Amino acid sequence: MEISNLPISPSIRSKLLSKGYTSLSSLSSISPSFLAQELSVKLEEAVEVLRAVSDTTTSKSAHIPYGIIPGAVTAWDMLSEEQMQRHISTGCEDLDAILGGGIHCKEVTEVGGVPGIGKTQLGIQLAVNVQIPVEYGGLGGKAVYIDTEGSFMAERAYQIAEGCIYDILDKFPSNSREFLSCKERLQVNNFLAGIFYFRICSYTEQIAVINYLENFLTEHGDVKLVIIDSVTFHFRQDFDDLAQRTRVLGGLSLRLMKLSKMFNLAVVLLNQVTTKFTDGSFQLTLALGDSWSHSCTNRIILHWNGNERCAYIEKSPSVPSASAPYLVTGKGIRGINSNFKRARIM
Amino acid sequence: MANKLINQMGLPPSLSHVFSARNILTAKDALSLPEIDLMALLDIDIDLVRAAVARISEATCPPFQTGLALLEEKMKSGGHLSTFLPGLDIALCGGIPFGALTELVGPSGIGKTQFCLKLALLAALPECYGGLNGQVIYIDTESKFSSRRMIEIGEGSFPQIFRLQGLAQKMAGRIIVTRPTSISEFNDSLQQMKLTLLQNEVKLLIVDSIAALVSWDNEKGIISSRQSPVRGSLSFLKSIAEFSQVPVVVTNQVRSHSNDDTFHYIFQGHRKDTSNSERSESHLTAALGIQWAHAVTIRLIFEAHSGHRFIKVAKSPISPPVAFPFVVESSGITLLNQEGISVAGSEINAIRCQGWKSFSGIIQQWNQLPSFMQ
Repeated sequence: MEISNLPISPSIRSKLLSKGYTSLSSLSSISPSFLAQELSVKLEEAVEVLRAVSDTTTSKSAHIPYGIIPGAVTAWDMLSEEQMQRHISTGCEDLDAILGGGIHCKEVTEVGGVPGIGKTQLGIQLAVNVQIPVEYGGLGGKAVYIDTEGSFMAERAYQIAEGCIYDILDKFPSNSREFLSCKERLQVNNFLAGIFYFRICSYTEQIAVINYLENFLTEHGDVKLVIIDSVTFHFRQDFDDLAQRTRVLGGLSLRLMKLSKMFNLAVVLLNQVTTKFTDGSFQLTLALGDSWSHSCTNRIILHWNGNERCAYIEKSPSVPSASAPYLVTGKGIRGINSNFKRARIM
Repeated sequence: MANKLINQMGLPPSLSHVFSARNILTAKDALSLPEIDLMALLDIDIDLVRAAVARISEATCPPFQTGLALLEEKMKSGGHLSTFLPGLDIALCGGIPFGALTELVGPSGIGKTQFCLKLALLAALPECYGGLNGQVIYIDTESKFSSRRMIEIGEGSFPQIFRLQGLAQKMAGRIIVTRPTSISEFNDSLQQMKLTLLQNEVKLLIVDSIAALVSWDNEKGIISSRQSPVRGSLSFLKSIAEFSQVPVVVTNQVRSHSNDDTFHYIFQGHRKDTSNSERSESHLTAALGIQWAHAVTIRLIFEAHSGHRFIKVAKSPISPPVAFPFVVESSGITLLNQEGISVAGSEINAIRCQGWKSFSGIIQQWNQLPSFMQ
């Protein structure tokens, strides 16, 4: 790696080059005060330069298994960690099954579809389901809902939370002492209070809120889900320069991935559709372009299959492509067999 | 929020001078560039850039609310404009929502303008009669507004109110009609409205119809690119709705639906199943395309088939897919069936136009002077 690739400001870089320091090895054995004198910069700035050099060449401390690559973990450790992970149920058993349990934490999932297919419904359902207490099989965490289109309706969230609580109490009718205490927490108002809602009116605010999330999540450590509904809206209306748009979106998706890994939460992005001319005809595809389609870990497309709504997993590193039908009912997203009352377990 | 000035964000003075020296004055300028580009432009350390961007983001980010607080706010302010059609009000959980775009789409002559006239009246009515007691701005792009017809609807629906001395005049006086003839005029009136909406207690904004704007756009020969002025107006309308929390009702036209319009995803392949061929028989689809379809919050489709007309709730975050048969009478639109007919599947998005008489034939019966003017 050369000096030109170091993350330092251009004026210092030009001074280094003009004094003949062209490679990293030339800086490896210089003291800060000498460098400060050479470049006629302040001592703190010289220290910064040397720190940047050492960061890129030497290994970081902390967990070094087998000393091969710093900061890596073995696949076995990852497997044991993943098996302990809980997933966020979508409300539809078939969809949960093909997803391998539900929406995964530490991953970015993109959900797209035509208008009216149920994207916002799925978003609100996930924001409710993430709050299901651990004793009932959920994550017991809160949700951040970033709304760019104004489609979040608090009354609908109320209905969905009510439906969710009703189904939980139906499924776990036990009255044992452990369940009694968390039953008190199963109130619709608690579920609504656990959704942090941001209303975003421009792409600047969208970038700002994603930057700000790091601070927010440090303060509110129990957030386990971040939903952006929809990530496309402002980027389709106001951007003139498409190349810049791709760069900004790339930066956003990297930041979101970093947040999901750092705070162990799931990020769900809702996307719109557009038409693309391929193979001699127009096809439906998710918006924001080809480069964006690489940014998400998982991709689910909601579509009409005749008269049924279906969810199709287009891209996932861990489960095969599959389709599952789902319903949007008054209680929220459900599977097609859930209309039958579950037999009570006596 | 995007235009917030950087020098008012509490950054250390040396840093904000560097920003303004390079002409990065607002949050939008700063946040549109990746951090590396900012560092190169401003010639400062990456850590300083990161800290500055974090501070700017924190200042630009809107405050959050919990879902519970949102619900309580909605409950307090009512949140809906009742349409006085009980079945539709129940389906929409109260009526036309505040702060969101509601679209009425359907073939010409089916009753969209009639619906708008009634809504305008309802918003002007005093609260004791179920209205919003406010002014209404009616943007009429196709010269369809008929004040005579509106008074007629008023007399038909609320006879006891309209017989009161001077009330009809007061109601009609609250409805402000503007007739822009070009996109620039339309945009100008929108800009002015941003302030007056709050000052003058405007409680409803109706645009009838928005598809006419696009045809003006095409007439002038402007290639409809991403940046055509119409796109800007549409997103501005939406932000006005949000900003001032008034209901915004927009009517849209239909255009013919060729086979190319039934798009599929790549993984679906090219299928020719019967449901598709039945749908293409309708030959109609909403104008303005799929991007507009994403932008509206609620879409009500007006269609006609089997001798009846229907209002369908095609897209709504809180309603199931239902269709209500309706007729247009002297008192405006009336639903024939208050429970609605549940519509399965993607049928809800189809627009059909078969077997009904055009509305203009029926209006001849009503061209009499309203009673208070005789």
